[in-house]
Amino acid sequence: MLSRNGSGEAPTTAQVRIASTFRIVSSTAAQGNVRRLRVALFITCFNDTLFPQTGRAVVRLLERLGHEVVFPEEQTCCGQMHFNTGYAREARGLAERFARVFAEVHADAIVSPSASCAALVRDAYPKWLGVEPPRVFELSELLIDELGVVDVGAYFPHRVTYHPTCHSLRLLDVGDRPLKLLRAVRGIDLVELPEAAECCGFGGTFAVKNKDVSTAMLADKMRAVLDTGAEIVTAGDNSCLMHIGGGLSRQRAGVKPMHLAEILAHTEEELPR
Amino acid sequence: MKGFPKAAAKALRDTQLRHNIGHATRTIREKREHVVGELPDWQELRAAGAAIKDDALLRLDELLIELEERVTAAGGTVHWARDAAEANRIVGDVAQAHGVDEVVKVKSIATEETRLNDALAARGIRAWETDLAELIVQLSHDSPSHILVPAIHKNRAEIRELFMRELDGTEELSDDPGELAEAARRHLRRRFLDAKMGVSGANFAVAETGTIAVFESEGNGRMCTTLPETLVTVMGIEKVIPRWQDLEVFLQLLPRSSTAERMNPYTSLWTGVHAGDGPQEFHLVLLDNGRTRALADGIGRQALRCIRCSACLNVCPVYERVGGHAYESVYPGPIGAILTPQLEGIEKRPSLPYASSLCGACYEACPVKIDIPTVLVELRRQVVESDGALDPEHVAMAAAAKAFSTRRAYERAQRLAKLGRFVKWIPGWSSSRDAPEIPGQTFREWWRETRS
Ligand code: SF4
Repeated sequence: MLSRNGSGEAPTTAQVRIASTFRIVSSTAAQGNVRRLRVALFITCFNDTLFPQTGRAVVRLLERLGHEVVFPEEQTCCGQMHFNTGYAREARGLAERFARVFAEVHADAIVSPSASCAALVRDAYPKWLGVEPPRVFELSELLIDELGVVDVGAYFPHRVTYHPTCHSLRLLDVGDRPLKLLRAVRGIDLVELPEAAECCGFGGTFAVKNKDVSTAMLADKMRAVLDTGAEIVTAGDNSCLMHIGGGLSRQRAGVKPMHLAEILAHTEEELPR
Repeated sequence: MKGFPKAAAKALRDTQLRHNIGHATRTIREKREHVVGELPDWQELRAAGAAIKDDALLRLDELLIELEERVTAAGGTVHWARDAAEANRIVGDVAQAHGVDEVVKVKSIATEETRLNDALAARGIRAWETDLAELIVQLSHDSPSHILVPAIHKNRAEIRELFMRELDGTEELSDDPGELAEAARRHLRRRFLDAKMGVSGANFAVAETGTIAVFESEGNGRMCTTLPETLVTVMGIEKVIPRWQDLEVFLQLLPRSSTAERMNPYTSLWTGVHAGDGPQEFHLVLLDNGRTRALADGIGRQALRCIRCSACLNVCPVYERVGGHAYESVYPGPIGAILTPQLEGIEKRPSLPYASSLCGACYEACPVKIDIPTVLVELRRQVVESDGALDPEHVAMAAAAKAFSTRRAYERAQRLAKLGRFVKWIPGWSSSRDAPEIPGQTFREWWRETRS
């Protein structure tokens, strides 16, 4: 939904830029944060390949908030799939590589639009893989704790429900940060998901190795999503969303999965790209 | 498909079972959350419980000997059993020495583990389960599906039918819970009064005093451990705790985590024998049966902290849908997924460590802070290692790791993945979920195009 200027025409680029810059300056200034950070994006192999729009949204969002984003192109995979499936040796190699790549990037913070990959780096690297990790933030943590912003100036006039993924809740302990960010989005109709903290049944290779149980768990999650009447189901991890969205799509349910970053990147002037 | 996925698929088709278990776990989950929330020091209690258990596990050699000395000094006899067969033989020998052909039992998972009832039956000794749910399971020739509520998979209507078939004087029985319990009570009362020998498990054994503790809710444990002349307790060696005072912590942790009660209804504690009061002969069987093997595993050993509260089962989204039988062990649910492979040997149960989405709900609920997801991942590592490098999955994972090892290889793999756009069916995935569309441009391609 594009906002129109007085003449009923689509706004010009210049108008858009002025309008959004003004709003961002005012919203961040109001929260007392004007420090410009250099943020390195840890995109994750999964998002890089399958959900590039999420990465683009993170870039757009952070730049709109006045920060610089860098993308270390040497990054590949953090090793989560290997580690969680029992391939610790392979995972250790990837963890060492990850730590090396990000150590070379001179950034104020590292951000990832994947709670489970961020959790692996923060939790499992030092504990089980003997790798001292760089400090990685999940997107909602970066925005609220490091950048000190809750209202990111987003506009999203849709009915949305939020699924808190297991690793974001129980490994990262992001709590209600994503919900705080969503509540501040203009135009949004945010509806609470029943039994929200229940696992959706994805679980990485679990989804395939135990597909029947995974599907049974998914069925209940989909029922909960459909009960909300939401058009969009959002989360901080595209892996869970791929599973939930894949099930909804199979049912022709008409509910779309969308990463939190994409909602936050959305403004009145810009449609998702 | 074999092992857990196969058994789970079968269980998932049983709609009545899913309904019964879903309903029961949801109810107890909510109650537990409520009573746990009442204690401001719950996290400190959990940490204390974990620390006491860890301390005991690391000093098991001393503590078991101390326990043996105290029990012996108080007039009891201690036996050491390496495995199930030895434990069962000891119990059978005691029964036979007294010419007993019937024993009453208070619910004990250790004796489920050793299949004591079958072993006794083979020697002509009948074992009567006296816990209501165990009785239901026994009468229906079924096996328990939950640690605490062994008949959780059955509803009232099913129980009524069973009692009418198996118990005397039940011609007019309705499915009212009170009436069902009364029918069981009449049946059990006769067993208690007739029995010459009782068999129990132990929730805890205090090394410094030689005291055994049994926690239960129906009073049947009190009957079994006081009425018969001879009492035999079979306990896993990990049940020992150092001090009497340690019970203080577990008396708070266990009831709230298991039955969601603030205080345990019947807590029986006894130390050896007392002339003219209770059993005049007491035997304690210390059971290893794979526990020392688990103890040797630095990560896996925390499973031995378990106090069998079953909170992890009740919060587990996998257990909630498949029930206990799918785990094909007396230890179902998350604790079963880490304990059974360790007790029996990982090579016998390679599918169990994968019976979890690693959601972490079990760890959050566990009163002794067993990090079940971490142990699952460690056991998976052991499975992978025992499978060897020629296993097809291992080959694929090694190839993936290679593709991630350099930027060039990775970007080549991404280009290959884009060809996957034309693959519409992914085995194991597509039966229930549509695959995502693979975009024509990766994120890094976009970055390069727009930023450099
Ligand atoms: S593992 Fe923890 S939660 Fe599960 S039964 Fe044992 S003590 Fe209870």
